[in-house]
Amino acid sequence: MTELARLRNFSIVAHIDHGKSTLADRIIERCGALEAREMRGQVLDSMDLERERGITIKAQTVRLKYTARDGGDYIFNLVDTPGHVDFSYEVSRSMRACEGSLLLVDATQGVEAQTLANAYQAIDADHEIVVVLNKIDLPAAEPEKIKEQIEDILGLDAADALLISAKTGDGVDAVMEQIVHRLPPPSGEVAAPLKALVVDSWYDPYLGVVTLVRVKQGRLEKGMRARFMGTGAVHPIDRVGVFSPKPVVIDELGPGEVGFITAGIKDIADAQVGDTVTDDKKPADAPLPGFRPSQPVVFCGMFPADGGDYPALRDALGKLRLNDASFAYEPENSQALGFGFRCGFLGLLHLEIIQARLDREFDLDLVLTAPSVVYRLYRRDGSMMELHNPADFPDPTQVDYLEEPWIKATIIVPDDFLGPVLQLCTEKRGIQEQLTYVGQRAMVVYRLPLNEVVYDFYDRLKSISRGYASFDYDMVGFDRSDLVKMDIMINGDRVDSLALMVHRSMAEARGRALCERLQELIPRQQYQVAIQAAIGGKVIARETVKAMRKDVLAKCYGGDVTRKRKLLEKQKAGKKRMRQFGKIEIPQEAFLAALKMETS
Amino acid sequence: MSCTVSAAPAPAAPAGDPGFGLYVHWPFCRAKCPYCDFNSHVRAEVDQDRWRRALLAELDHVAALAPAAGPLRSIFFGGGTPSLMPPATTAAVIDRAVARFGAEAGIEITLEANPTSVEAARFRAYRDAGVDRVSLGVQALNDADLTALGREHSAAEALAAVALAARTFPRFSFDLIYARPGQDAAAWEAELGRALDHAGDHLSLYQLTLEPGTRFHALAERGRLRLPPDDTQAELYRLSHDLLAAAGLAAYEVSNHARPGAESRHNLVYWRGGAFAGIGPGAHGRLDLASGRVGTSTERWPERWLDRVERDGHGLAPFEPLDAVTRLAELVMMGLRLAEGVPLARIEQLAGRPWRETLDARGLARAERRGHLTVEDGRLKATPQGRLLLDAVLVDLLP
Ligand SMILES: Nc1nc2c(ncn2[C@@H]2O[C@H](COP(=O)(O)OP(=O)(O)O)[C@@H](O)[C@H]2O)c(=O)[nH]1
Ligand SMILES: C[S@@+](CC[C@H](N)C(=O)[O-])C[C@H]1O[C@@H](n2cnc3c(N)ncnc32)[C@H](O)[C@@H]1O
Ligand code: SF4
Ligand SMILES: [Mg+2]
Repeated sequence: MTELARLRNFSIVAHIDHGKSTLADRIIERCGALEAREMRGQVLDSMDLERERGITIKAQTVRLKYTARDGGDYIFNLVDTPGHVDFSYEVSRSMRACEGSLLLVDATQGVEAQTLANAYQAIDADHEIVVVLNKIDLPAAEPEKIKEQIEDILGLDAADALLISAKTGDGVDAVMEQIVHRLPPPSGEVAAPLKALVVDSWYDPYLGVVTLVRVKQGRLEKGMRARFMGTGAVHPIDRVGVFSPKPVVIDELGPGEVGFITAGIKDIADAQVGDTVTDDKKPADAPLPGFRPSQPVVFCGMFPADGGDYPALRDALGKLRLNDASFAYEPENSQALGFGFRCGFLGLLHLEIIQARLDREFDLDLVLTAPSVVYRLYRRDGSMMELHNPADFPDPTQVDYLEEPWIKATIIVPDDFLGPVLQLCTEKRGIQEQLTYVGQRAMVVYRLPLNEVVYDFYDRLKSISRGYASFDYDMVGFDRSDLVKMDIMINGDRVDSLALMVHRSMAEARGRALCERLQELIPRQQYQVAIQAAIGGKVIARETVKAMRKDVLAKCYGGDVTRKRKLLEKQKAGKKRMRQFGKIEIPQEAFLAALKMETS
Repeated sequence: MSCTVSAAPAPAAPAGDPGFGLYVHWPFCRAKCPYCDFNSHVRAEVDQDRWRRALLAELDHVAALAPAAGPLRSIFFGGGTPSLMPPATTAAVIDRAVARFGAEAGIEITLEANPTSVEAARFRAYRDAGVDRVSLGVQALNDADLTALGREHSAAEALAAVALAARTFPRFSFDLIYARPGQDAAAWEAELGRALDHAGDHLSLYQLTLEPGTRFHALAERGRLRLPPDDTQAELYRLSHDLLAAAGLAAYEVSNHARPGAESRHNLVYWRGGAFAGIGPGAHGRLDLASGRVGTSTERWPERWLDRVERDGHGLAPFEPLDAVTRLAELVMMGLRLAEGVPLARIEQLAGRPWRETLDARGLARAERRGHLTVEDGRLKATPQGRLLLDAVLVDLLP
C-alpha cells in the first residue's frame, strides 16, 4: 500500500487534438515506466482504432513512479479521459478518481467547447487545476492571448500557466514538478469499510471483465468477495493489479490508489462505470454518490448487407457489448432490410466507433438506418413507452402526446461565422440561452432538440464555420413536443427503414428533401418509380423517377464476346447488392446515402 | 474489331448451323479518333513484309490447332483501318485462309475502310484481291461533326467513297455514329434521310459510347463534353428504327439494318454463337477444339504481337475454356440482339435440359410479363421494347 502523501492522482483534460495523448507519452517517458523500445506514439490508446482516429475512447489509467527534484519518490496515477461529448459521463467518473487536473490548451487554438465542458467537470469534481499551454513550439502560438481567454471564459487564474511543447518535451519537467507540488494527495481511512469507484471496465479475452477502480477508503485485496452496490452483483476477486502501463499483479490496493481487479465477471453490465465496489463481508453503508447506468439516446438499425451474415453480426455485437456496457441492441426485422438489430448508443460518435469496429474487427458489411433518438410516447390510457424505432409507432389514435430529448449545446465560434451558426441553431428549433464574446470569438449556449442534432447538425456546423466552430453538449431531459411520424413510400409500398419522426413544423421540408434525394439516387428502372412522403395517410411530398428508356450496348464489340459478357457479369454483380422495395430495386449505395441524407 | 455488315444473296444458312468465320485485325490508323477504344495505333512506318509474313504464320498456326474447322462462310478484315493494308497482303491472307479452311460457296469477304480519297483509290485493288464487300466508316454527314469526331475526311469525300464502293463492290455498307453532342431528333432525322439516299442494302448505326481511356471520356468527366440526355438518346434510337424499317432496312440486330437477305453474314456467325478464328493483334476467336469450345485472344500491342509471332509462330494468349454455362450465357446474350432471336433447340442442345430450366425463372417470367421477351416459332426473341432494354433484361435473365 502506498503512503497517501506520496500519491498524486490526476487527469489531463483537453479539447480533441490539443495534445493530451502526446503529453501523456512524455510524462510516461519521464517516469521511465516503459523501456524506450516499447514507447510508441500515444501509449495509452490501446485500440488500433483510437490510434487511427487520434481519439481516446476508453478511459484508462497508468501508474507511474516519479522521483522529484527534492529527491522524494512519488506514485502518479494518470487517468486518461475520453475527450468527446458522447462520453461526458465517463469523463465525469474518471474525474472522481482524481484530486487534480492538468487543463491542457493548444496555444495556437485557444479554448474550445470541449475545453470548457471538461474544465467545468474538473471544477465540479473539486479538482486542483494546473493550466498548461501546449504547442508553444509552433510559430502561431499566442500564449498571452490564450491565458487571457482562460481567465475570461473559465475564470481560472492563468498567471502561472505552464508553457510547454508536448511534442519536443520542452517544459514537461516543470509539469512533473507542479504535479507533485500543486496537486493535493488523496485522503481516506484504511480501517473504514471498502468503497472503491468503478472508473472503467472492459472485457479481456484472457482475464474476463477487467474493472478499473479508485479506492476511496478501506482496502481491496485478492480473495475478497466484491459487491457492486448499484447492481448488487457479487464476485470473488481473483486478481488485483496496476497498469504500469503493462498490467502488473500486486497484493492489495489502499485508499487513494488506482488499479484493477478481475473477479470472474462474465457480463460487463455487472461492473458498470460509476458503481461502487465494497466488501461483501463488511459492506459500506452507502455507495459513492452519483451512479447512473449509462442510457443510450441515439438509435439506429443495423442490418447485414448480405442476409447470410446475420449470425456473424449477432456474434460480433455480442463481443462488442462485452466491452461496452453503454451499447445496447435488440433484434429487429425490417421488410426492406431483413433481419438485423436495433442498436442504442451514447451519441453519434459512439455509433460511428461501433460501426467502424464492426467493419474492421469483424469484416462485416452493414446497412445502417438513419439515426433516431429515443422518444417518450404517452398513450391515452396513461401508459408510457420508449420509442426506439419510428417503425414501432403505434396506431395514432392511441397516442396522447410525445416527449423528445433536449440537450444544452455549447458552441464556440469565431465572430465571422456567428451569424450562420445562430441561423443554424434557430432553424434546428434551438432556444438561445447565452451569448458572450471572448475577444474575436463568441460562445453561445443553446437548448436544442437532440433529434435535430443527429440529423446533419455536426456536418453543417462544420461546413458553415469552415471547421472553426467547436461543439459540446449535455443531455438536459425530455420535453413535450409536436412530433409526427413520416413514412416514405416507393410505388405505394411503405419502406419501414426510411420512416422517421419529425417535428410537425419541419415535416414538409424534410419530406421534400428526402424525396428529392431519393429521386436523384434511384437509377432509372424498367418501370416508373413514384416516391412519396406521407404523414398519416396524407402525402406531403412526391417525386418520380421516370422509366429507363434505353439500356443496351449499341456499340459493336465484334468478336470480343468475352468483353461483352464480362460487362454483363459486372452489372449482375452490382445487382446482387440491390435492395428490393416491393417491385423496385435500389442500389445499396443509394439507399445508404438516402439514410444519411447528407446535404451536400 | 469487325463491325461491318454487307448485303448479298441470301445467306443459305442451313438451319441450326451458325457457320465459321475468320477475323483478321489490322491495328493501324492514320490518326486516333477521340472516341475510339478499339485496338488501333498510329505508326509512322510499318514493315509491310514482316506484317504479311506474321499474319500468314499466325493463320497457319490457328488452322493447325483446329483442323476440323471450316469451311469459311466469311472473312472479315477489321481494325484499326484495314484500308491501309497493302492489297497484296489482303490477297495473300485470303488465299491462305481458303487453302487452310476451305470456303463455302458464295463466301463473304469484307474489308473495313475509311472513306478518304486516298483509300478509295485502292478499292479496285481490294476487289481484285477477292474482297466482295466494304464497310465504310462515314460516321456523320456534316463536316462540323466530322471535325468534332476527329475524322480525316469531309462528308463530301465520304459520300464519294460510298459511291465508288457501290460501283466497285457487289455489296457495301456504311457506319454512322449517332447521339453525338448537340444532336437532336430533327437533325438526326434529316441526316438519316440523306444517308438513305446513298445507302445500299445495309447500314450500321452506332450510338456514341463514352469508353474509358478515350479523349471523349476524359472530356466528359471534366464536363467539357456532354452527350444528349437519356431520353433523347432513346428517341434517336427509336427514330432510326422506324425510319429505316419504313425504308425497307429493318433492324435485324440492335445496331444493324438490312434488307432481308442482305445481313452481314460475318457478324451473324458471332451473334448466332458460331465458331470463328481471330488473327492479328488483339483479335478474338471462338474455336471448337477436342477439349471443347475455347475463347482465344492475342497480344494487343502491335510490336509485341509481331515479335511473338516471329518467335513462337503465334501471338495467342492462353485459351479461355468456355463451359456450358458460359457458352449458354454467350449464346443468349448475343442471340437476343438479333431480331430472329435464339432457337430454343440450340439452348437445349447446349444445356442438355429443357430451355426454361437454364434461365433465371423469375427474370424470364418478369420479362415475359412485361412484354420484353416472347417465344415464337421455337425461338426466344426480344421484342423491340425488350431489345431497347436488352442489357437490363439479360442481367435478370442469365443465371
Ligand atoms: N507542434 C506540436 N504538435 C503537437 C504538440 N502536442 C501534440 N501535437 C500534435 O497534435 C496532434 C494531436 O495530438 P494528440 O496528443 O493526439 O491530441 P489529443 O487528441 O488531445 O490526445 C498530433 O498530431 C500531435 O503530434 C506540440 O507540443 N507541438
Ligand atoms: C472498328 S470501328 C472503325 C473502323 C474504321 N477504322 C473507321 O473508323 O471507319 C467500327 C465502327 O465502330 C464505331 N465506333 C467506334 N467507336 C465508337 C464509339 N465510341 N461509340 C460508338 N461507335 C463507335 C464506328 O462507327 C466505327 O465505324
Ligand atoms: S479510324 Fe476507326 S479504328 Fe482508327 S481510331 Fe478512328 S474509329 Fe478507331
Ligand atoms: Mg488522444
